[in-house]
Amino acid sequence: MATTATPHAPDVAAPTGFWSWITTTDHKRIGILYGATALVFFIVGGFEALLIRLQLGSAENTLIGAEAFNQLFTMHGTTMVFLAIMPLSAAFFNYIIPLQIGARDVAFPRLNAFSYWLFVLGGLFMNVSFVAGPLFGAHAISVAPDGGWFGYANLTSTQYSPGPNIDFWVLGLQILGIASLAAGFNFITTIINMRAPGMKLMRMPAFTWMAFVTQFIIVTAFPVITVALVFLTFDRTFGTTFYSVAAGGDVLLWQHLFWLFGHPEVYILILPAMGIVSDVLPVFSRKPLFGYAVVVYSGLLIGVMGWGVWAHHMFQVGLGPIADSVFSATTMLIAVPTGVKIFNWIATMWGGQLRFTSAMLFAIGFIGMFIIGGLSGVMHASPPADLQQTDTYFVVAHFHYVLVGGGIMGLFAGIYYWFPKMFGRLLSEPLGKLHFVLMFIGVNLAHFPMHFSGLLGMPRRVYTYSADLGVTGFNRVSTIGTMIIALAVAVFVINVLRSLRRGEIASKNPWGSPKLEWAISSPPPVYNFSVIPTVRSRLPLWVTDGVSEIPDVPPVPVHVPGGSMWPILTASGVIVIAVAALAKSPLIAIGGALAVAVCIFAWAFEPFEV
Amino acid sequence: MSHAAGAHYTSTGLDNRKVAFWTFIGSECLLFGSLIATYLVYEGRSVSGPTTHEILNIPLTSISTFDLLMSSLCMVLALAAVQRGDRVWARAWLGMTALLGTVFLGFQAYEFNAFVDEGLGLTTNLFGSTFFTLTGFHGGHVAVGVIWLVTLLIRSFQGKLEPDRALNVEIAGLYWHFVDVVWIVIFTVVYLIQTTPIEAAI
Repeated sequence: MATTATPHAPDVAAPTGFWSWITTTDHKRIGILYGATALVFFIVGGFEALLIRLQLGSAENTLIGAEAFNQLFTMHGTTMVFLAIMPLSAAFFNYIIPLQIGARDVAFPRLNAFSYWLFVLGGLFMNVSFVAGPLFGAHAISVAPDGGWFGYANLTSTQYSPGPNIDFWVLGLQILGIASLAAGFNFITTIINMRAPGMKLMRMPAFTWMAFVTQFIIVTAFPVITVALVFLTFDRTFGTTFYSVAAGGDVLLWQHLFWLFGHPEVYILILPAMGIVSDVLPVFSRKPLFGYAVVVYSGLLIGVMGWGVWAHHMFQVGLGPIADSVFSATTMLIAVPTGVKIFNWIATMWGGQLRFTSAMLFAIGFIGMFIIGGLSGVMHASPPADLQQTDTYFVVAHFHYVLVGGGIMGLFAGIYYWFPKMFGRLLSEPLGKLHFVLMFIGVNLAHFPMHFSGLLGMPRRVYTYSADLGVTGFNRVSTIGTMIIALAVAVFVINVLRSLRRGEIASKNPWGSPKLEWAISSPPPVYNFSVIPTVRSRLPLWVTDGVSEIPDVPPVPVHVPGGSMWPILTASGVIVIAVAALAKSPLIAIGGALAVAVCIFAWAFEPFEV
Repeated sequence: MSHAAGAHYTSTGLDNRKVAFWTFIGSECLLFGSLIATYLVYEGRSVSGPTTHEILNIPLTSISTFDLLMSSLCMVLALAAVQRGDRVWARAWLGMTALLGTVFLGFQAYEFNAFVDEGLGLTTNLFGSTFFTLTGFHGGHVAVGVIWLVTLLIRSFQGKLEPDRALNVEIAGLYWHFVDVVWIVIFTVVYLIQTTPIEAAI
């Protein structure tokens, strides 16, 4: 915006050009990078889903073979979880959190850039497996991971998965884990320490709160899968016997460690969307969030209780009546704070002046879809019911309602809501509404019939089914639904590309929102706040004198940190180590480790004033 | 390391790096927790020897444990010396901490070698896999700590470790003490409490 062209311009002008994006440490640019990259991976993962659905569109179909099908559902799950939903949430963490708490950047701008580059390189590393077959002398071009996103032992042992497929998966996840952990430390510190004066914890917007809880889950859950993956790497590379029954080991160790991570991961995926919805609904209901404190506390409770439910993913292995009963009870209990939030959202809308913008529609869609997914989720809490449903399409229906109907819809609500803040232009409302209608129809058409096909006995992760099973019709509808979702996403992409150039110019606060990020220009200047504001209310823009004046022009020059090339170089060094592990080359590994060490030292001693 | 401690306003008054580092330590607890839990779950389940009581040398490891504990003391003294601007003792204690850390690594290298000689490798049995992975991860952390301490020592000789940069030493100290505490847990559960001797396992 024009505010930089003044005598009080920042002492480092915002640079432009390709190199400036490679070396950027600006949380807003990194947020945009996260968002753009995540959307690309979202489309890749969606394309994989489309292929899966085309194969399942008719009984005994031969479009895709079993091997390719295994790769597709593995990469679809892994991509959507780690490369689409998580980084899309991270895009908002990056862009929005510092603005919501009145900060000029995150606590560690270079670490932030490192997280992004490690994420994008790790995602590419994993997806290269689709064309890396010839490098490994494989009979097929694609050697993509094929052990499911859960990678159960001993399916992943060298005995049953001799190719490099599982290695791509293990190493890729390890890289993405490091990226998430680094971001977690960064955002926890940012939220604890970088709040503007007066921005008490209980004045923070619900989105920042849910992001805060999410980061705590990330930094505690990811080390567990790190260890599980280390064991698997050792088993596959050095011949250890962590998951070998013959040597006295236990394949259930993997399941326990994986789900000990995996269930908190579910909340890593959904809490940010819950936060977005908690921010969006009040704006378009013209009412403060109903029971703000309860929303915050139930989010915290979900974060804590999420650690005590993991074995409900394992009822079918026969843990015994005591373990089954305990995990059944905790799983039913965790539905309580989630249900509380739903009532909070409904009560927020109750009696409000509702404005059905695209963002609001997606937020309402989130509530509806999440209720359906939540209800089928509670059904799984009962072990006898779960034994009928597990490994069938009923479970697929459940978590797609929660993660697509819930997570993705919530994230879309966030995109429509914050797009004008990020790019200074509004997304087209008619196209947004078309996007929502198509998405809503597509999600339900694709996933609701899966309840029936699942209860009729259609198993997950099997590339075809017999016409005698009586599920052909349901599957055909699911496939049509998936195509409609693809159409919806196409409408969205067109909307974004069109609105970036020709969208209506956004004012500071186009929606009449109460939160701090709307007190500054759209898009914000490189330094965010010309002066660090003093906050006096939870709804600073809805009350008189809720925030100190933020002039358009900084009264004193604002220091803006320059870029750094060390984050991307350090991330590249980590990738070299992963490639070495893939190629089983100690020499390359040592080279990569040395490169990382040199980069870390250069990073530590680089003059970088935040 | 380019700016002094407390140069910026923060909501809690604590330096960002300190808050982040405590978060990191919390995360590391889960990492070592998972490794230790796996060790305990698999204890006594090896189908072939050698395992715990046949091979673990408690007297020897007691010495290296004492060595590591003393290094924590030196770390405390190093931080105190840096904070009061005492360059000579800062260098002495930093050097001593790094030295004791290196000695610990030497003990570990000797122990690993001795075990391999006695027929226990990483892949020999479950005990070997869990033991070497757990203690190896810990040793790796000690090695990183030694490199960190040596870096601080070099900074001190360059005259770049004055009291205004004491926080750099404090954070290294947090790391060092954490690694030390982890070792106390490992020494206790792996060496001192050997719950299942071979007879019971059979």
